[in-house]
Amino acid sequence: MAAAPTTVDLPVETGEHGITPKKGRGGRGAWTIFRNRKAIVGLSILGFFALIAAVGEFIAPYDPNKVSSTLMSGPSGAHWLGTTNTGQDIMSQLIVGTRGVLVVGLLAGAIATAISVLIGVTAGFVGGVGDEFLSLLANVFLVIPALPLIIIIASQLPEAGGTTVALVIAFTGWAWGSRILRAQTLSLRRRDFVEAARANGESLWRIVCFEILPNLTAIIASGFIGTVIFAVLSQITLAFIGVTSVSTWNWGTILFWAQSNQALAQGAWWWFVPAGLCIAALGTALTLINFGIDEFVNPRLRTTGGSAKALRAKRIRARVGFTPVYRAPAEKRGED
Amino acid sequence: MTFLLRRFVFYVVTAWAAITLNFFIPRMLPGNPVQSLINRYQGQLSTDATQALYAMFGLDKETSVWQQYLDYWGNLFQGDFGLSFTYFPTPVADVIEQSIPWTLILVGVSTLISFVLGTLAGVYIGWRRGRWTDSLLPVGSFFSAIPYFWLGLIAISVFAVAWPVFPASGGYDGAFIPSWDPDFIWSAVYHGLLPAITIVVSSVAGWALGMRNMTVTVSSEDYVTVAHAKGLKERTVMFGYAARNAILPNISGFALSLGFIVGGTLVTEIVFSYPGIGYVLYQGVSSKDYPLMQGVFLIITLSVLVANMLADLAYAALDPRTRQEG
Amino acid sequence: MAQRINKVDTAVTQTGHRAAVGEPVLEIRNLSVDYGYDDSAVHALRDVSLTLGVGEVLGLAGESGCGKSTLAYAATRLLPPPGVITGGDVIFHSSRDDRRLDLFAMSDDELRASRWDDMAIVFQGAMNSLNPVYRVGKQLIDVMVAHRPDRSRAAHKARAKELLEMVGISPDRIDSYPHQLSGGMRQRVMIAMALALEPQVVIMDEPTTALDVVMQRQIVEQLVKLRTDLGFSVIFITHDVSLLIELADRIAIMYAGQIIEDATADDLYRRARHPYTHGLLNSFPPLHGPRRELSGIPGSPPDLTALPSGCPFHPRCPHAFDPCDTKRPELQGTGLEGEGHRQVACFLHDGYEVAVPGHLAVPPKAREEAS
Repeated sequence: MAAAPTTVDLPVETGEHGITPKKGRGGRGAWTIFRNRKAIVGLSILGFFALIAAVGEFIAPYDPNKVSSTLMSGPSGAHWLGTTNTGQDIMSQLIVGTRGVLVVGLLAGAIATAISVLIGVTAGFVGGVGDEFLSLLANVFLVIPALPLIIIIASQLPEAGGTTVALVIAFTGWAWGSRILRAQTLSLRRRDFVEAARANGESLWRIVCFEILPNLTAIIASGFIGTVIFAVLSQITLAFIGVTSVSTWNWGTILFWAQSNQALAQGAWWWFVPAGLCIAALGTALTLINFGIDEFVNPRLRTTGGSAKALRAKRIRARVGFTPVYRAPAEKRGED
Repeated sequence: MTFLLRRFVFYVVTAWAAITLNFFIPRMLPGNPVQSLINRYQGQLSTDATQALYAMFGLDKETSVWQQYLDYWGNLFQGDFGLSFTYFPTPVADVIEQSIPWTLILVGVSTLISFVLGTLAGVYIGWRRGRWTDSLLPVGSFFSAIPYFWLGLIAISVFAVAWPVFPASGGYDGAFIPSWDPDFIWSAVYHGLLPAITIVVSSVAGWALGMRNMTVTVSSEDYVTVAHAKGLKERTVMFGYAARNAILPNISGFALSLGFIVGGTLVTEIVFSYPGIGYVLYQGVSSKDYPLMQGVFLIITLSVLVANMLADLAYAALDPRTRQEG
Repeated sequence: MAQRINKVDTAVTQTGHRAAVGEPVLEIRNLSVDYGYDDSAVHALRDVSLTLGVGEVLGLAGESGCGKSTLAYAATRLLPPPGVITGGDVIFHSSRDDRRLDLFAMSDDELRASRWDDMAIVFQGAMNSLNPVYRVGKQLIDVMVAHRPDRSRAAHKARAKELLEMVGISPDRIDSYPHQLSGGMRQRVMIAMALALEPQVVIMDEPTTALDVVMQRQIVEQLVKLRTDLGFSVIFITHDVSLLIELADRIAIMYAGQIIEDATADDLYRRARHPYTHGLLNSFPPLHGPRRELSGIPGSPPDLTALPSGCPFHPRCPHAFDPCDTKRPELQGTGLEGEGHRQVACFLHDGYEVAVPGHLAVPPKAREEAS
């Protein structure tokens, strides 16, 4: 689809640079993510869409299916985003369609993440033959192109409604996250605190739940968001192609009708531009949240936000290999 | 060597899995789409074709599933994917054969350009941190969140309808017959430009972001500091020490995201009515042409596997450590 | 080794130019380094001064986090972000010609030209210091090509093989990749690489820390031999003071971003002046000499973001008295004749009317001679 995955399967760096495993204490550190500017912007946009999804049908000015006599007209006072070729109000379609998009996206994301956690953590923890088998399973699903597979499956289903689509997407999209989780689990498993827990005789179940999972929270969250992006895009593509049922409204269905009715050729930009912008906005919001998580996990990636001001003020160029020399004006030097 | 061997075995297994999946899906799904299809086309199908369809969809109660499976494999090796409904009575294999070069060229060229541009941009942005280039990141993420096909729609409406710079659809001008004639080739290139540009614009940001993250991480590695300490030229350090190492995970990432890329290209072809395999799939979906859909899926999967293998070869060539370990 | 390591009296360089011991080759003056760019920056180094003489082995010792690596990297401007140099100078006095380089005032190109040629660094943790995708030979040769472009590739390659032999590695390993070498071999490759251009100063940042004792010994012996042959000056950074006692001519002890004692190895070993140094020496079992009771230093090193007022060591010091918690002691001479270039940052030796503990005091004979 649109985005190539940004966090790739790296060997895990632990200790000072990467994830410092915490025993239980996940609290204080985790909340700093909300101070990250990118994450905040992303969450706000997501919140906005979630709100619309929740109250959509109550605030939409018209019933999205209702036809009217204003055919194919551009934005106007009565119809803020114009109408389709049968006079349906596009804005209402957009508003009502938000719920479909978010519900399927989040549902697919949740299911896929659950599967990936189950398989990835088990593979990493168990090792040996079990690991080999599960990894093979994940790799197979990873390599088989997702969209064609989804199309094949969905098109052969009798009634491709929202939940079914979510399930199909989850079935094809879990593999990515499980690979990353497996790598992380492998590295965490060898850490001292896990060995200590084992030596103490803690049951396998408890070790996984209380020692390993808390340290994987950021990665799981990041994987979840990535999968939601994938799910949203896949779902919209499916709707656009016409594979899923066109009776439930989502942003992809709007584009489907736009395409079928030659909106392009007739220059009816208001029919397909807003839907695309919404998709892009939602995708950007999720990606920004992911950036926030990335920077939280790997502090090196931060674009020196806070200190950027100080850098500019002092005109220091921070470079690797050439440490800057900054001599403060005499009065400013404090006494130790 | 062991690395490559393991990967090869993996691909064989995956190919087997894909083919088996393809075989079982129509049999596993509820409802009976095939029966209704067969009923619909009853008058137009020869008995052979109907028989083949029965066999293909497991409705043939006379042979066991295992036997059907073996027959399926047999057919595949002979290149028999069945007959297409949409292009009846053309065999699916022929349809695919005609459309696949278009897709290969479009995907191949755009992905290569996008990868190279994105990687270079990523190295540059990651290397020169704390400057204005960092603000390109949110912009880039916005672009990578735009679905390929929507960008295609916009591109068409702007560059083909409003300002007719590019043709709005098709792989080539309808007046020509495909051949090696330079006029035809020019027409083909001209028609391919807009879809290619769409794909590049929409995917370049993803590559750049990934490469930037890796470059940033690698820049703080000790060997980069050593390279600086040795007084080597900036360009040498940036490319020879940093980028050369940063690109490694991106190559395996590239291989894995081929599946995504294929998906995006598919939809782009649909939007532009570009006569590639994606467009063929689209038509198959619209008319519920199951043999065609399944044949296309199989070919796509196998192509992705081959591309993955090539990426693995590239990785093994670039990272000497893989030649040691398994 | 049964006997003390032979110290070199004069530095004989490849060109035969003789520079007498005592002339400085590297001068670090009042160096201050921060981590961070705004008001919340951590002051990692505060007004640190150090001089390396020609042909000298200077040991820089201290606990983890005291700033010894920071000192080395800041002096060569290799400190990664968010490090920034906030004050001081580093002057390089070439002993082969008349150049005098102010490292902080040079342009990027000038600095690049000087790097590795005048001063080289053997990095800590050689496991990650070699580029994993390049062969060892290539990494040895690229620096030679960059600084001596007029010579032929063949000449460079020959020199690279020569360097490997010099550190005790078989020359046909020139085509190996770093991951094909053992830890000890990689460290030796780093040393060979540092000597490629015959620099005048070699800074070694914990070169033996990650290795086992046997390997440590081999490397140190190799180093001594190379120094005897080539005559470069060394700054040897480590936390292992006992190693420095044997190896170094002079030792500087660092604590919380400051140098608190600077003396010859002999003087330091026989009579440490600073309470911290004394505690440090008593924390290691001596490799030779009579058995001694081990004692540690109570407490732990301070957090650089929350340094104690006055002397940074005073909370842990058994001899702290009045001025120690309000004023910061300066690094200065002990004021006694015959103490040479010995310096210590402690109020016990600053002329206060206080009884200096016996183990830190000047021995009675020296006192008599001084007064």
